[in-house]
Amino acid sequence: MKKTTIITFAVISALFLVSWIAKGMFTEGSSPFLDGFLVTLAAFLTLAIMSFLYKDNPYYKFAEHLFVGVSAAYAMCLGFWSTIVGNLIPRLSSGISEFFKVSYIEGDYNFIYFIPIIFGILLLMRLSPRGGWLSRWPLAFIVGTTAGLNFVRYLRSDFINQVSSTIVPLMIDWQGFGHFFSNLNFSATGQLVMMFSNLVIFIGVTCGIIYFYFSKEHTGWFGRASKIGIWILMITFGASFGYTVMGRISLLVGRITFLFRDWLEIIS
Amino acid sequence: MKRTVPLIITFVVGTVLILSVFIPPMENLGENFTLFFDIIAVFAFFLGGGNLVRVHFQKISRKSDDFQFSFVTLIGFFVMLSAGLFKIGNPGDIASSVTADGSLFNTIYQSVFVPLSSTMYALLAFFVASASYRAFRAKNREATWLLIAAFIILLGSTPFGTMLTSWVPESWSIFHIPNLAVWLMSSPNLAGQRAIIIGIGLGVVSISLRLILGLERTYLGDDSA
Amino acid sequence: MTVLNPLFAISAQTIGITLTLIIIGLGLAWLFWRSFSGKEVDRRIIFIFIFFSVAAPILFKISFTFKAIPIVSALYDKVESLPAGSTVLISYDFDPAMAPEVQPMADALSRHCLSRDLKIIYMCLFPTGQGQLEETFRTVVREEFPNKKDGIDFVNLGYKAGGEGVLNVIVTDFEKMFPTDVNSVPYGDIQVFDNIKSCQNLDLIISIGGGRPGIKEWVLFVGDPGNVPMAAGVAAVVAPQLYPYFPNQILGLLGGVKGAAEYENKMRDEHEQFKDMPTPATTMMGPQTLAHIVVMAFIIIGNILYFRNKRREEG
Repeated sequence: MKKTTIITFAVISALFLVSWIAKGMFTEGSSPFLDGFLVTLAAFLTLAIMSFLYKDNPYYKFAEHLFVGVSAAYAMCLGFWSTIVGNLIPRLSSGISEFFKVSYIEGDYNFIYFIPIIFGILLLMRLSPRGGWLSRWPLAFIVGTTAGLNFVRYLRSDFINQVSSTIVPLMIDWQGFGHFFSNLNFSATGQLVMMFSNLVIFIGVTCGIIYFYFSKEHTGWFGRASKIGIWILMITFGASFGYTVMGRISLLVGRITFLFRDWLEIIS
Repeated sequence: MKRTVPLIITFVVGTVLILSVFIPPMENLGENFTLFFDIIAVFAFFLGGGNLVRVHFQKISRKSDDFQFSFVTLIGFFVMLSAGLFKIGNPGDIASSVTADGSLFNTIYQSVFVPLSSTMYALLAFFVASASYRAFRAKNREATWLLIAAFIILLGSTPFGTMLTSWVPESWSIFHIPNLAVWLMSSPNLAGQRAIIIGIGLGVVSISLRLILGLERTYLGDDSA
Repeated sequence: MTVLNPLFAISAQTIGITLTLIIIGLGLAWLFWRSFSGKEVDRRIIFIFIFFSVAAPILFKISFTFKAIPIVSALYDKVESLPAGSTVLISYDFDPAMAPEVQPMADALSRHCLSRDLKIIYMCLFPTGQGQLEETFRTVVREEFPNKKDGIDFVNLGYKAGGEGVLNVIVTDFEKMFPTDVNSVPYGDIQVFDNIKSCQNLDLIISIGGGRPGIKEWVLFVGDPGNVPMAAGVAAVVAPQLYPYFPNQILGLLGGVKGAAEYENKMRDEHEQFKDMPTPATTMMGPQTLAHIVVMAFIIIGNILYFRNKRREEG
């Protein structure tokens, strides 16, 4: 092990201890040293991940590996208590339900709930080198359920309803040309802007879809419409970029706020 | 057995779920199938956890690169798993919530999981900024549209957007940058996103049909498995 | 805190803002000069810029308020229009990575609904949502509304695995999916559900999230088939993707921390009781603003250099 590695480790350990003791001494509550340890731990894990910005290093790898292990176990525990104990066991056995203190749900056809158990065990066969093919059955069940659920919902909400929302009147609040020209302005809530917005939506959606239609060569009027489609999509991606910047900055604000407020206590 | 049974399962389950929307007496069957799906989803979590343990034990036994960190993963995994499954330190009894305030499970969540997870994504703020400086160029007309839109949105979400165009009269208020940003989101952005949604929607519908009818079989993998 | 001056009382905040702007301005000028003279700028310098532009406004507590845009006001007005005793479902469909953006929305909405005596059903489609929900219970529900009773005024159903699968069941039958709440209290003993059999009996559903499963799945599997009023508070990354659902399929949307800040300001502006409420999202708008300005400056500098190099190559 290199000398610099040992020194770095020693310095970080010392800083951790100092932070822990300082937090423990100045934190109020029933268990100040435990609270101090937890805040210090959270702060050092935050810094460990941030150290990746300088370059990849063992502290980042430590934090990354810890994250993988903890997150997998978190999902497993939540799944077990919420769905296995919450939904499956109350339909299978009154004895086990009593052990977990959940109400047993009586039913004539409760035996059908052995089906997901069998499928679940077959899914775990994927870990076995020989019986891996058996996991295709539960996989087929998952695929079938997803396909069956999505087929109608996407057709209704993402196709029919979206097309329906696009077919909107281009003349809003129309009271004749006289009224239109006498009130002509570029107010954000004005008639002209509203009408133009609906026109942009109609043309934008149509041209966007034309751009995604690849069975016909994009030439002539079709090509021109496709070109408008690209422009609309580019504006869309630009707007998404703007919002992405906002989102990512918020997360950083969250972490820095934690470091300044909860750990260093330099802001209230 | 290896291919026919899964194809039959997919067909039956998919068809029942579609019919349950149109035939009310089949609604209960559809609900049961979805409940089965939810329970199997938890077994998928177990599969993920099992696989993680297997992979990291393999790395340790083979002494692969950075195998020492696999110990960290395994220790983190088993400590969290024990805290959650046995509800260690939970203020209530076995019936109380696993995430109850004060439990070891919730403590590890707040002190380890939350900082790790949120900082991992917070790093992206730095990379987005770096990309803005190095790669966000008005190289052609399309890229220019993208850049202008992003600029208006960014400016519109700061007080400077308001300040820059505060002199614009009310009858031209659409040219106030915050109003322009709102318009951009609710008109061209809406149109572009809707075109994408419609395209994806049609794609999902057609792939669902192909899966149910057994025309799409790639999810089954090859027979050597 | 103020620093006394013979002529003016200049607040530490003003000094902080001025210093921050000077440092950032000088830094950007240096960056421009260095790039213009053809020297490489290390990515870590860019990182320091962003860190500073976010950290300084947090330290000096620079924040801005924003007027609510129509898509935000629509959700606010809907909550305001619901009569006391109406039932609202708030789903925590997010993880800690999205929390800085969406937790303020979740807290503000909980506060708003509880103060108007609306009953709240909490649930989660993300396993991590249950952990985040504890945060709301700790800081808002138990702290600010000690008189509200679990099971009568609100109920925590917790997490269920399956995403769309969960929604497909609760759109017609709550009890089948949630035979008990998160503390194993049987469905029949929870008063909130006295007149609620399924999602179709709810007055409003609000999904707080930004991933999958999230608001899109709520619209597809509950909002549209059940004809239930839907609204959402989402991370900024996904907000643009949800505009096509407004206003026919979702009645209101809070997009990112800006949406949350607008909602907080609207609550403060329109209700005396919320004047002193915590406004974490509004506080975040200071760092947001400065970081946006720095990112815009990066884009401008990058493009000036690009066009100069292009002209040189053509020349």
